[in-house]
Amino acid sequence: MLRCGSISGLFAGLFAGVEDLMEPEDQPAKGCRGDDKIIVIRGLSYARGQTRIFDGLDLDIRRGGITAIMGPSGTGKTTLLRLVTGQELPDVGSIQFDGREVTRMSRRELFRMRKRVGMLFQNGALLTDIDVYENVAFPLREHTRLPERLIRHIVLTKLHAVGLRGAWQLMPSQLSGGMARRVALARAIVMDPEIIYYDEPFVGLDPISMGVVVRLIRRMNDALGLTSVVVTHDVDEVSSIADCAYLLSEGKVAAYGTPEQLRDHHSETVTQFMSGMADGPVPFHYPAPDYSAQLLTRGK
Amino acid sequence: MSDPKSRGLHRLALEVGWSLRGFFGNFGAAILFLFRILYELPYALARPGLVIRQVYVTGVQSLVVIMLAGFFVGMVLALQAHLTLSRFGAEDTIGMVAALGLVRELGPVVTALLFAGRAGTALSSEIGLMRATDQLSGMEMMAVDPIKRVVAPRFLGGVIAVPILTVIFSAMGIFGAWLEGVVILGVDEGAFWSQMQAQVDLREDVVSGIVKSFFFGIAASLLAVFEGYNCVPTAEGVGRATTRAVVHTSLSVLILNFMLTAWLLGGK
Repeated sequence: MLRCGSISGLFAGLFAGVEDLMEPEDQPAKGCRGDDKIIVIRGLSYARGQTRIFDGLDLDIRRGGITAIMGPSGTGKTTLLRLVTGQELPDVGSIQFDGREVTRMSRRELFRMRKRVGMLFQNGALLTDIDVYENVAFPLREHTRLPERLIRHIVLTKLHAVGLRGAWQLMPSQLSGGMARRVALARAIVMDPEIIYYDEPFVGLDPISMGVVVRLIRRMNDALGLTSVVVTHDVDEVSSIADCAYLLSEGKVAAYGTPEQLRDHHSETVTQFMSGMADGPVPFHYPAPDYSAQLLTRGK
Repeated sequence: MSDPKSRGLHRLALEVGWSLRGFFGNFGAAILFLFRILYELPYALARPGLVIRQVYVTGVQSLVVIMLAGFFVGMVLALQAHLTLSRFGAEDTIGMVAALGLVRELGPVVTALLFAGRAGTALSSEIGLMRATDQLSGMEMMAVDPIKRVVAPRFLGGVIAVPILTVIFSAMGIFGAWLEGVVILGVDEGAFWSQMQAQVDLREDVVSGIVKSFFFGIAASLLAVFEGYNCVPTAEGVGRATTRAVVHTSLSVLILNFMLTAWLLGGK
């Protein structure tokens, strides 16, 4: 678990309010604490080309809870998921999944780990050449030799859980965004994983679909005893279900705690993000030369 | 180094160097990719349904294009051969000329080029779009190797389809030559077929054409899946990969054709 001292030491000056959040009388709620950690990240640094995305990131995911990883666009939330699942390798640092170092896993070991996890991609990532039923059955057909009758039972059960049993014969192109994400969720849980990663699960959904997905994440987590990691920048939606939330900024954890604690936080970075202010530590304008000078310059 | 001419030469040398480096880098990557596919082929062979589906998609769905092209190439061959050979009173041999041209060269080469344009582009763009829409990442996250599940069956399907399409192309070409030569131009039918039967050797002509088409099938399928799999996951990236697949396949087929012909003729 992240310790107050290490956090304040690392980010002192950058995020003035973090220390306050970590004061003994104001420690993160139960959701962020606990010794049973399924993922432990320490000193993670990662750069893509000249852009440094993470710079000494420390982060823990507690088993059995819903952890939200939030941050403005471009802070590397999705990259973090790719690193945690071994799709990319960090430059420096350690990522442990259930006590095993992900960065040193062979391809075979990675695949063994991935059989224990489910992932919901931003766009669903359904296979477009097969129907809903076959999409959900896909992991079962690849990894098991279950009889067709049992596969049918499992697939229909999972589709029923997401409310789309009646859509089993539709092709992915016939689904709305919300439906596609629910089918992807059914597929993600079909192998009964221990942990599910949700990559921006609320993007582009109408209010009804969003409500459905929000409730599904909570319900799945509790009913199946899962651990859920939700990467998002939708503060309101994730606040209603997360036990613990991390806010990333400039390659590090700017703050963490329950969503309520983050809302009450008074660091400028946290306040700007949680209340959706256009300008602040994260500037509205991309770095640019002087406005009038550029207007008077010829060419582009 | 200071005068413009030297600078220009220096820049040209650098560009050529970078291009060569890129070419050999890509070539090496494609060969390594081929080894990865070959390593996963047993999986594809154990799931014949996946391969048969790809033979259908790349082969059966290319049939109309291949048959039409073969038919008209055969007709043109007969027409040209008749025009030239009739000057020497040898128009009876147009069956033999058309058949040799088709089974040895035109059949394998044109089929591979058409395959690259019709099925190769479909393969590249399909796999590229799977990359762009996270379908391949999704498979990886489901602990399913995309090389095994997506690439190997498509590669094998293409390798099987090309020689079959080549045989069909050549057969349609010979039919076109017969129609043009015998039915339209009035060449003696007995001479047409007997000359062909006497001069076309099964092993040296027909089999060597099929051997060529097998190698073309490997090249065309490999480049199609390689470009699609390694494309930049954007709309532009998929488009570029598709274009590269066609251009590289076409050049590879023409270069390979020369090398294979030299090898098959073997010092004759």
